[in-house]
Amino acid sequence: MTHGRPWFRIGALALGFAFLYIPIISLVVYSFNASRLVTVWGGFSTKWYGELLRNQQILDAAWLSLKVAAITATIAVALGTLAGMVLARFGPFKGRTLFSGMTTAPLVMPEVITGLSLLLLFVTMEQLIGWPAGRGATTIIIAHITFTMAFVTVIVQSRLSQMDESLEEAALDLGAKPAKVFFLITLPIIFPALLSGWLLAFTLSLDDLVIASFVAGPGSSTLPMVVFSKVRLGVSPDINALATILIAVVAVGVVFAGFWMTRQQKIQERDAQMALAANQQMIESMKKG
Amino acid sequence: MSAPGYLPLGQRISSGLGDAVASFGRSSVGRGLRRLGFTGRAMVTSVPFLWLLLFFLIPFAIVLKISFSDARIAMPPYDPLLHWVDHQVLQVKLNLGNYAFLIEDPLYWKSYLNSIKIAGISTLLCLLLGYPMAYGIARSSPSTRNILLLLVILPFWTSFLLRVYAWIGILKNNGLINNALMSLGMIDQPIQMLQTDFAVYIGIVYSYLPFMILPLYANLEKMDLTLLEAAADLGSRPWESFLKVTLPLSMPGIIAGCLLVFIPAVGEFVIPALLGDPGTLMIGKVLWTEFFNNRDWPVASAVAIALLLFLVIPIMYFQRAQDVEAGGVHR
Repeated sequence: MTHGRPWFRIGALALGFAFLYIPIISLVVYSFNASRLVTVWGGFSTKWYGELLRNQQILDAAWLSLKVAAITATIAVALGTLAGMVLARFGPFKGRTLFSGMTTAPLVMPEVITGLSLLLLFVTMEQLIGWPAGRGATTIIIAHITFTMAFVTVIVQSRLSQMDESLEEAALDLGAKPAKVFFLITLPIIFPALLSGWLLAFTLSLDDLVIASFVAGPGSSTLPMVVFSKVRLGVSPDINALATILIAVVAVGVVFAGFWMTRQQKIQERDAQMALAANQQMIESMKKG
Repeated sequence: MSAPGYLPLGQRISSGLGDAVASFGRSSVGRGLRRLGFTGRAMVTSVPFLWLLLFFLIPFAIVLKISFSDARIAMPPYDPLLHWVDHQVLQVKLNLGNYAFLIEDPLYWKSYLNSIKIAGISTLLCLLLGYPMAYGIARSSPSTRNILLLLVILPFWTSFLLRVYAWIGILKNNGLINNALMSLGMIDQPIQMLQTDFAVYIGIVYSYLPFMILPLYANLEKMDLTLLEAAADLGSRPWESFLKVTLPLSMPGIIAGCLLVFIPAVGEFVIPALLGDPGTLMIGKVLWTEFFNNRDWPVASAVAIALLLFLVIPIMYFQRAQDVEAGGVHR
């Protein structure tokens, strides 16, 4: 279906994608630049990658960030799935407006506000109950779960509301307990949504500078915090090398996940059709018998 | 919107989830809770509810509280609001000075106005660039569509901080653009682009563009194309039918996209800090400076509350739109 003028569409897309990708390509190209002056070409070299791997401060920060992101994403998916379930399936209940407000507001809340408010909470809690004692990885994880679970909730909620409920109904009709239906039917069907929610929460956590800066303690600098303090002083080629590594990992990961999810969806659609057909057959035979 | 049997089914399944949650703990705990009147449904709701209450809502109350207290040099650097006078009378000391300070010092309201201006212009630029892209993607063939969408989302998965950093190399005086223009002989002197408002606009548009394209795409993709055919049959020119049919129908997508860009952009810190002029007044930067450099927590809290009061209406509007869009309950 091509309505309107194709040259306009193609032009708009070319312009937009050039805008999106030229900065990324320039990061990658200049990471292989021998010159320290990032934007003056001084020949091909991979020395900045070596320098990056010898920078203990960056390696420590990267390891902390990866740990924080993995824990954050896992808990955020668990909480976000519950919240998405409540919003998609529970219908109206007392406090629903407050609930949905609290799950969607973090999506757009400026990070400086979230960061400051969580820090003040942690300080107050430490005064009142002595926990969390000091700030570090734990407080960063709690803060990251709070803002990333909103994204998981939206993904799960929209997946659940698009979902064909006849399979769940069929399973319940056939006598499966609700818990069994959830784990054997609902969860596998929404699994791709949970996976993308996990990846999104992981990425957002790995990427967050502002909230982490507020709630981190001394000695718990995450990767973005270290990168920010370096970048503030100007461009530096080892940061280009770091960016290139991240971009490569993400590109491979996204392509792989996309491929796997398409295959999984095909298998699932086939299974669902077979299950419904079997159910139909059983109903037919019961009518006859 | 609920089909017959929609609610009971949801309830049955979610109470099943509650059962599973209960069985994760020791079963006696589950039984005890149930004796106290907790159903599976209430338990499923209460876990995320309590989390958000504690870590999202209550913190705002604390920010509000601290915005009324006095700064002092200590840890934490503010005075308590409640005092026991002679161990008998509980005295509440509200200090409105922080807010008076915000009104008196032009720095603050200038930063608010400037943040709104910068966020507003960036949102408009985002829409001007994002709408044709979303339109182009939605009207492509289904197989191309998925690839194009992936290409829009892909940069979003790589580090935001590093993508903003990439623009320093492009915009600075001996950066890509100036080098290219000078070697072509179009300019003799580098144009100052980094550390200007222009760089901040570029940074915001670049970082938030996917947030504009995705809701617009979702809206345009659902549109009934026979309406355009009808308009054409009735003699309307393509440009006319775009203005009279497509544009009004895509209004919900435009609003969602604009709010998703505008609200976080008002409080943006990283982009003005890296690309903007050191003197650029943006409220996120002011809050950061009050907190980290001046260590004045009460004033930082007052700045946050004032920003929140300004954003609460767009946020509520966004939340309503989001709930309807995501298939929640229609009221």
